[in-house]
Amino acid sequence: MLLISCPWCGPRDETEYHYGGQAHVPYPGNPADLTDEEWAGYVFYRDNPKGPFAERWMHGTGCRRWFNVLRDTVSYEVLAAYRLDEPRPEIPQAGGNR
Amino acid sequence: MAEPMNAEGAGAGSGTGAGAGPVALRISPLAHLAARMHTAAVTGPRGVTLTEWPFRTMVNLRVDPVSEAADRVEKSLGAPLPRQCGHTTASGPHTVLWLGPDEWLVLSQAEGTDGTAVAAELRAALGADPGSVVDVSANRTTLELSGPAARQVLEKGCPLDLHPRAFGPGHAVSTTVGPVAAPLWQVDDVPTYRLLPRSSFADYLARWLIDAMSEYRGPELP
Repeated sequence: MLLISCPWCGPRDETEYHYGGQAHVPYPGNPADLTDEEWAGYVFYRDNPKGPFAERWMHGTGCRRWFNVLRDTVSYEVLAAYRLDEPRPEIPQAGGNR
Repeated sequence: MAEPMNAEGAGAGSGTGAGAGPVALRISPLAHLAARMHTAAVTGPRGVTLTEWPFRTMVNLRVDPVSEAADRVEKSLGAPLPRQCGHTTASGPHTVLWLGPDEWLVLSQAEGTDGTAVAAELRAALGADPGSVVDVSANRTTLELSGPAARQVLEKGCPLDLHPRAFGPGHAVSTTVGPVAAPLWQVDDVPTYRLLPRSSFADYLARWLIDAMSEYRGPELP
């Protein structure tokens, strides 16, 4: 069970949240110009890193707000939780020794 | 037309006065469990009781907390809007629960008022500014769990820390009890908690609580 700190509600169990996939995937600036392949890349293709991964979560039974979480996919450690209008925090100690 | 179709004509035995209208005909989401909740009550040092408080006035409010509209709403309510998760504010018949950074639930116990009156008042305060005021009185019902063992009953299915060092009277937090999502509000030190599940989940939650309470009828096991 992950313990995730919602930026508004504080630490809560994972069961209170919904997962929303990779964060920081920008919508294409000019969608009409995209080829089918580029659309497929935007819609379906996501990173699958070993180590810190920025992903979206939604606090479904609490404040019902979307926010971002930086999670280590190896240790499942939640490294940071931050609001959508905040930049991805730099975690110097993460991902260094694997 | 052979017969009058209004509530006064049809509602024989309801015992309400003239002008009660559809209000006399409504049935609370837990009316069918009232007797079971009553018999499930436990007395003594490990006592706990469960009751429904039906038809409470509830209004959902959304407004930018740093806008002038929020100031006008606060003036109309007579209480500041809580700005932090878990906080509540109260003024007269109104209690305001924090639901999100720009969302609140206004509970009102004023006699003789209904959700439309409170909602109209808040909507007037909101004016033409961005936001919303919606009467959601029928959306949820209120379950009151009270007694020395109430916290132990909730701790069987609530992931929150309900110990007095972390949670006390005046605290209200949206969480889950068993599998049911519901705002949980502690009102006093007995302790008394009020759970506000959605109407369609209320039956399950009440049965879940009745089951959780049954253990306290017997002696405490070491």
